[in-house]
Amino acid sequence: MLEITNLNVHFGVIHAIKGISLTVNEGEIVTLIGANGAGKTTTLRTISGLKKPTSGTITFEGNDITNLDARQRVKIGISQVPEGRRVFSTMTVLENLELGAYLRRDKAGINKDYQMVFERFPILADRKKQMAGTLSGGEQQMLAMGRALMSRPKLLFLDEPSMGLAPLLVQEIFDIIKDINDKGTTILLVEQNASMALQIADRAYVMETGKITLSGTGKELIQSEEIKKAYLGG
Amino acid sequence: MEQFLQQLINGISLGSIYALIALGYTMVYGVIKLINFAHGDVYMLGAYIGYFCITNLNLGFFPSLLISMLVCALLGATIEKIAYKPLRNASRIAVLITAIGVSLFLEYGTMFFVKPDPRSYPPLTGFMAKTFRVGNLLITSQQILIIIITVVLMIALQLIVKRTRIGKAMRAVSLDGDAAQLMGISVDRTISFTFILGSALAGAAGILVGIYYNSINPLMGTMPGLKAFVAAVFGGIGIIPGAMIGGYFIGLVEVMVSGYGNSMYRDAVVFAILIIILIVKPSGLLGKETREKV
Repeated sequence: MLEITNLNVHFGVIHAIKGISLTVNEGEIVTLIGANGAGKTTTLRTISGLKKPTSGTITFEGNDITNLDARQRVKIGISQVPEGRRVFSTMTVLENLELGAYLRRDKAGINKDYQMVFERFPILADRKKQMAGTLSGGEQQMLAMGRALMSRPKLLFLDEPSMGLAPLLVQEIFDIIKDINDKGTTILLVEQNASMALQIADRAYVMETGKITLSGTGKELIQSEEIKKAYLGG
Repeated sequence: MEQFLQQLINGISLGSIYALIALGYTMVYGVIKLINFAHGDVYMLGAYIGYFCITNLNLGFFPSLLISMLVCALLGATIEKIAYKPLRNASRIAVLITAIGVSLFLEYGTMFFVKPDPRSYPPLTGFMAKTFRVGNLLITSQQILIIIITVVLMIALQLIVKRTRIGKAMRAVSLDGDAAQLMGISVDRTISFTFILGSALAGAAGILVGIYYNSINPLMGTMPGLKAFVAAVFGGIGIIPGAMIGGYFIGLVEVMVSGYGNSMYRDAVVFAILIIILIVKPSGLLGKETREKV
């Protein structure tokens, strides 16, 4: 579904992403793990169209999308839950969701999807009229996820969804991610919480200083000695 | 007391003008973090367009107001496209200097075409020339017109920003540009729209000042532009209701200083206010303290 080939990204003279290639197949949960500063977020920003690559290609459903802007990528079914949630703080929960459906014109479908989001995250229904900035971290994460779902993505990126959340909540968020995937959305998950991510992932890539150093199925990597040492505290 | 009420009316009229201009400053700052120093000159052009509509085309006040707003809106979008858009990824100081350049270009470009001498709006007739007396207070119909039109425009602006799709996109871009792009919002289009709205309001302010003070000249935008900027900072730059409050506040202060003190000091007092805000509460009346993101 998504295929990245030999992607290079620079920030000025800094070579942040050094020729990575990765694939996400339809229906999968693929996770990209690695330490802080490895280039995971930059990779996602590049696939979302917020950052231009210096070279390399990105194809989505067989079409080259390397030169599309962020807006066009949302239109063809790519959506992102950015790192740190990035909800629109002085807008209401409902307005945030509305912006998630910004490019859609099918009123009936949008209304149905509000219901879908409220069923999945009942707390958001209670807080509909509240400013997003007044929500707790976990609620903001749910809102950011609900907002991303409002565009009816085929492929959903999640960037550090567990960041700063209590362990119990982390489990809940991961259950929801699994469930979103079960209902048919393909997922690319960036996480520092490697053990949680590997447990739900079909496949995983490990990133280190701009390169992919290891890849395999989630189960394989969880067993791998290298991974245990470096990321799982064992 | 009477004198105070009279000054109050004068202050609100003048404050309306500042508020209309300040809205453009604040909205543009909200979406691209630029102090658009050419904004006061768009207001000046609004006054000239109104003048030509009324004197050369013999149009009435309301059609002239609409044309003035429309032409200024187009002009604002054009300025953005030609001068600021190519600098989207440039440093903020480069864009700021460009804004000052655009301002000078508009001022002296206009002077080239219309000559530097002030022109006066034709005397008003009919309802527009009436003065109402309430007790010992004098209210001119221009003042009533300024206040009503400003309030109507502000309500319209609030509706656009709060209710419409593009208005919500504007707020989203001003809160978080990257997140807005991830929603599929086109930042470029949103910025154009912001310039359109702000410039239309400046155009309205221009023609209103024309009928209120009568005299217009190519450099008339400088001082009100700076004062509207002070108003926007006073209310909290980037915050729409802040610009409205700030505009009225600055208008009232200026009129009170002239009325009770010495009109020589009115500009000094306004800029002293700017200095005080920047020392005491740089984020402005309605602004929240924010730390610069690294």
